[in-house]
Amino acid sequence: MLRIHCPCCGPRDHDEFRYAGDASVVRPAHDDPDFEAWYRYVYVRANPKGLHREYWQHVHGCRQWLVVERDTATHTIHSVHFAGQQAS
Amino acid sequence: MGSFSAFSLLRHAIGGNRHWQRHWRAASPKPSYDVIVVGGGGHGLATAFYLAENHGIRNVAVIEKGYIGGGNVGRNTTVIRSNYLLDGNTQFYEFSMKLWEGLSAALNFNVMFSQRGQIVTAHSADQMDAFSHRANIMRLNGIDAEILGRDEVRRLVPYLDFSDTARFPIHGAILQGRAGTARHDAVAWGYARAASGHGVDIIENCEVIDFLRKGDRIVGVETTRGRIGAERVGLAVAGHTSVLSRKAGLELPIESHVLQAFVTEPVKPLVDHVVAYGADHFYVSQSDKGGLVFGGNLDGYNSYAQRGNAGVLQEVCEAAVALMPNISRLRLLRHWGGIMDMTPDASPIISLTPVPGLYLNGGWCYGGFKATPASGWCFAHMLATGEVHPLTRGYGLDRFRTGHTLDEAGAGPFAWLQ
Repeated sequence: MLRIHCPCCGPRDHDEFRYAGDASVVRPAHDDPDFEAWYRYVYVRANPKGLHREYWQHVHGCRQWLVVERDTATHTIHSVHFAGQQAS
Repeated sequence: MGSFSAFSLLRHAIGGNRHWQRHWRAASPKPSYDVIVVGGGGHGLATAFYLAENHGIRNVAVIEKGYIGGGNVGRNTTVIRSNYLLDGNTQFYEFSMKLWEGLSAALNFNVMFSQRGQIVTAHSADQMDAFSHRANIMRLNGIDAEILGRDEVRRLVPYLDFSDTARFPIHGAILQGRAGTARHDAVAWGYARAASGHGVDIIENCEVIDFLRKGDRIVGVETTRGRIGAERVGLAVAGHTSVLSRKAGLELPIESHVLQAFVTEPVKPLVDHVVAYGADHFYVSQSDKGGLVFGGNLDGYNSYAQRGNAGVLQEVCEAAVALMPNISRLRLLRHWGGIMDMTPDASPIISLTPVPGLYLNGGWCYGGFKATPASGWCFAHMLATGEVHPLTRGYGLDRFRTGHTLDEAGAGPFAWLQ
């Protein structure tokens, strides 16, 4: 069980949260016609073995979107921020 | 090494089984090979075997960072079936099923392939319709499929919950009689032994650190046991495909996720099919030792840790008891995790790559074990001829660009939801 320190609610088990994938992926501008940019946004993932920035939403708590920095090999959580405060 | 026969088993039995030899040579790396297959799992070993067997290419090395049978080939739940919906998958997995049916003879090694049949329960009229659709597609492709009513299911598997209080009452099921299980370690050992017998070097405890290049072209690998040259390098390292591909400058639509498997204490024979729960994600078979081997969903977040979390353990056990209340007091003996390459459509990638000299076999999601023979067969074809095997035309990397994804579940491009 991961324990995520929600900046709003404090330490909570990860099953209160919904996972929403890689937070380092940049969504192209709405009117961006570049196919490669959209392809990369939808499909390509760095998939690091090590530090990974990822979205979790605290659906059974404050419902805030968080960016969690976690090591995918050890599950150590290095930082948690509100997604809105974090420049992507 | 000798070959297995009733006579050789008898001879060794009389000798007290003291004179068996190693089943594959402990090879040291040569300076170069025609083909290097990175990854000594089921797929890598099968690829090497079929390179030698079908294409006469015997100057081949399989490079494995751990030991043979220590990765996903020994971590799966051993289920083999060919009940896929989408063109591309249906034919590929049926080809694999046909190879399974002759595999013990082809390898001269008993992989204990047991066609005990797979039953997937249906829990609504709509689900029965969906299963009829699936059965029709299977039959049109020459694959066996039967739709069973509730009474027929009850006759076959009376230990499921047919009570009035079942949370999701069983309406019927789809049965593939030729589906079943195989002894996964024997598959690894059998392919390793047969490949080694054809002259393939199986090099264990040798990790690939980087690729050797001449211009754009990949001409070998840098390993913990030195540099090894090769005309062609094939990656068969599902779980860690992203890690190695990045060293080759290849970006992929893959995320690594952990999938858990569980086994209970041994009990008398109870489950004589593979049974899958249509109302949740749970499937079970019984091993020859008596343990119930079962599995369920991914843990649901990127992971390279070969261990799972307790939340999924609880979810899977809840589903198990909802379908089979009689196992509620069984104790779990072990549970473990394997790392899956999850693709955005949950279908595999067997593909040429933009990097000359590098060929890719990965993205196996949940489906890797059952695909082992066909994957090796088709990847060997690609490594030998430089061409895509007709059965794997749908598995190219470019399908994500062209929109021709093979998304059986219709889950969309979210690896952790597949």
